[in-house]
Amino acid sequence: MTRPAPEKDIAEALAGEVEQAFRDRAALCIRGSGSKDFLGREPAGRKLDVSRHRGVISYEPTELVLTARSGTRLSEIRDVLADQGQMLAFEPPAFGDEATLGGTIAAGLSGPRRPYAGSARDFVLGVTMLNGQGESGRFGGEVIKNVAGYDVSRLMAGAMGTLGVLLDVSLKVLPRPEAERTRVFKLSAAAALEKLTTLGRLPIPLSGAAWMEGRLYVRLSGSASGVSAAERELIGEPLAEKEAAGFWTGLREHRLDFFADDRPLWRLGLPPAAPELGLDGKGLIDWGGGQRWLFSALPAETIRDRAAAAGGHATLFRGGDRREAIFHPLSQAMLALHQRVKAALDPAGIFNPGRLYEGL
Amino acid sequence: MTPLPGIRDASKNRPPDAASLNRLRAEVGERLRAVIPATGVLTELEQLRPFECDGLSAHRQPPLAVAMPANVDQVQAVLKVCREAGVPVVTRGAGTGLSGGALPLAGGVLLNMSRMNDIISIDQDNRLARVQPGVRNLQISEAVRHLGLYYAPDPSSQIACSIGGNVAENAGGVHCLKYGLTVHNVAAVDVVTIDGERLTFGSEAFDAPGFDLLALIHGSEGLLAVIVEVVVRLLPVPRHAQVVMAAFPDVGSAGHAVARIIGSGILPAGLEMMDHGCILAVNDYLDVGYPECEAVVLCEVDGTAEEVADQLVQVRDVLLAGGATEVRESRSEAERLALWSGRKAAFPAVGRIASDYYCMDGTIPRRHLADVLAEIQRLANTYGLRVVNVFHAGDGNMHPLILYDANLAGQTETAEALGAAILEACVAVGGTVTGEHGVGVEKLDTMCVQFSTIELAQFHALKAAFDPEAILNPGKAVPTLARCAEFGAMHVHGGRLPHPELERF
Ligand SMILES: Cc1cc2nc3c(=O)[nH]c(=O)nc-3n(C[C@H](O)[C@H](O)[C@H](O)COP(=O)(O)OP(=O)(O)OC[C@H]3O[C@@H](n4cnc5c(N)ncnc54)[C@H](O)[C@@H]3O)c2cc1C
Repeated sequence: MTRPAPEKDIAEALAGEVEQAFRDRAALCIRGSGSKDFLGREPAGRKLDVSRHRGVISYEPTELVLTARSGTRLSEIRDVLADQGQMLAFEPPAFGDEATLGGTIAAGLSGPRRPYAGSARDFVLGVTMLNGQGESGRFGGEVIKNVAGYDVSRLMAGAMGTLGVLLDVSLKVLPRPEAERTRVFKLSAAAALEKLTTLGRLPIPLSGAAWMEGRLYVRLSGSASGVSAAERELIGEPLAEKEAAGFWTGLREHRLDFFADDRPLWRLGLPPAAPELGLDGKGLIDWGGGQRWLFSALPAETIRDRAAAAGGHATLFRGGDRREAIFHPLSQAMLALHQRVKAALDPAGIFNPGRLYEGL
Repeated sequence: MTPLPGIRDASKNRPPDAASLNRLRAEVGERLRAVIPATGVLTELEQLRPFECDGLSAHRQPPLAVAMPANVDQVQAVLKVCREAGVPVVTRGAGTGLSGGALPLAGGVLLNMSRMNDIISIDQDNRLARVQPGVRNLQISEAVRHLGLYYAPDPSSQIACSIGGNVAENAGGVHCLKYGLTVHNVAAVDVVTIDGERLTFGSEAFDAPGFDLLALIHGSEGLLAVIVEVVVRLLPVPRHAQVVMAAFPDVGSAGHAVARIIGSGILPAGLEMMDHGCILAVNDYLDVGYPECEAVVLCEVDGTAEEVADQLVQVRDVLLAGGATEVRESRSEAERLALWSGRKAAFPAVGRIASDYYCMDGTIPRRHLADVLAEIQRLANTYGLRVVNVFHAGDGNMHPLILYDANLAGQTETAEALGAAILEACVAVGGTVTGEHGVGVEKLDTMCVQFSTIELAQFHALKAAFDPEAILNPGKAVPTLARCAEFGAMHVHGGRLPHPELERF
């Protein structure tokens, strides 16, 4: 257990700033390291810097629970966990060396392991947060099962900081797999999607499945013997350990060559077996088919309509006009409910206004 | 339509007088029969009796009327009638809840979802099943078994409880350490809000735009919206599963062994524990032959045959090194099921050794297990009642069962007081008052111990965002601030008064 130095706890100062902003009805732009500044609609308001509120508060490897302040660097958390042979199983993308835990949860992004291990919100056990009046509350806790009160802590994941300031977050962590191996298949996108559907129904230890530029990458994680057995079953070409690690990290962090492109980047969330959408542009399939990246200059409406027709949704992830809609538009009734939920936590509407949706 | 006079009073604690209740019952019955088929509306007292309690049978109250919609349109119609009349609505799934969440209100309509029990579609390619809320938990796995798929969350009540109720309680099961709770295994739900709007939370993709209202609806105990459709995720059935049973001379060493299994990097599919009292009850009830020791640990590993073989060796080693006096492993599927049967029958087995039992649901950080069990024993002695323990050891969720006799004057109250004291002990070590059974009416007071005024006010504000007039299951799940003030006046622990900032009543 690490005992943090007291100067790393700036919760009171943050509460003071929020209280002041509430009195002034002044918008706040909650910010960790700024690694996700690119995400969502254009940020607005006075910066509320949470990056100095940092430090791991408690970590019990045998309880599979870690609690850290929101400004703690994601890299520090990864290191602390790796020392004990554990990991954040949702494999969060950092998009920057300084990425913080708070921003990671607020953005709610998950990496290649998501379909097999769960998403950022799935691993949130509890949060301490400031509401829009600067009041501090603790929701959820440090235990894996907890149904006391509404699940406010998981509601924070992916809310892009529009509902509260995260002060600390408790996460469920998992043991690192003993072995990890990647196999590659040369396939067209359509054939890869078909193979992914078959693979998804097999009880084998999958931990990643992505298609890029004519190759399907399948990652297996688990006990050494279990992974070897699954490899024999899958066939395909083995990918050397170093290359494989580079591929999955590059995919997670958008550092593969594929991601060097000037067109707007779209993230499509789809039912994994949805066929190719046939949209003009350059595509990459992740999450066993459930997440598709698309560089395309097509009009937003075309992309959104096609994704929605396939049972999914589309986010303008990078590029484009950030004064327009970025996340998939909500129906009027859903937007109205979102506004009421926001008002319940942030009555003056001061937290990251408009970052998620206009009018929210 | 106009609000019915007097109905507001009927939803309050004050017992409404019989004559006005009967008038209301007739009026509400008539309005309901105007919008859904008469066979779906019950108003005769003898028809209402079967619905007067859920699994927490110490609390009973017949509702004003029971409405049994057959489809979503009828749910919308019933809600409209109730909203316009100002009549509260309590939604009921299968009524197996253990905290009184589906306990009717004297002046409220009980919305019984059991007629909406169809599996709408199975999508094997996306590994999803779309079902109506009244579908029973086990029914889903049975319907997809031929595809090599199953629905992972397996509450012990799975033959009876409904999927709508599972979502509303965020139910867990024996396998949730590895496979997660209901919230981790549901892709989307359709709800009807109190304004009659049908909304979808979540999607058939791995996420959905906007706030994670899907997470918020899990465990909301029927207070936010009525769940009318659920899309669950299906998983491939593991090829292989084996269970190890270990006997320990004391609960402390059993608890440490459990921690070491997890510390060693294995994530068991199930990790359960029973204490001496529970072992005796189970052995008496079934022919499972658990060793008569202080604690039995059951650890299941699943996966490919190779994985299971490797992990079994490790688990055995850890258990023996941790002081197990006997370790037995299943050698066939029949043996595996036999070893589990005792654990799965723990509640009925205990039901045989006592005329009544009261099941608690506190969850604690596992490292405090031995201390909390000792504290429970101490409290049991103080209150003069017996307690036996079953325990989802892997995730720290305890089910102390308080044995009592409801026919003896005062024992029900004593059992409830002991239960509350046990939950406070859980909160004191950083745990929670409920891991999977929900707050309902049962744990309203202990919620005051776990949450501050600010946090409770936040819960009420969220409720109001969905249901400003508090029509849906009012009075459940979250205590009013006034109630906590009253409760705080009675409970002072460690010189610390909960909610000192509230005015005393
Ligand atoms: C023997 C026994 C063993 C049990 N074991 C477990 C266990 O291992 N794990 C566990 O988690 N629980 C367990 N339970 C508790 C119970 O089975 C679960 O809480 C279950 O999820 C309740 O489902 P139900 O359909 O019976 O819901 P009900 O009891 O009918 O209702 C429960 C709550 O959900 C609300 N609700 C129900 N349906 C809807 C809907 N469609 N829309 C909105 N709200 C709704 C109700 O208003 C109520 O608040 C056990 C119970 C028993 C009796």
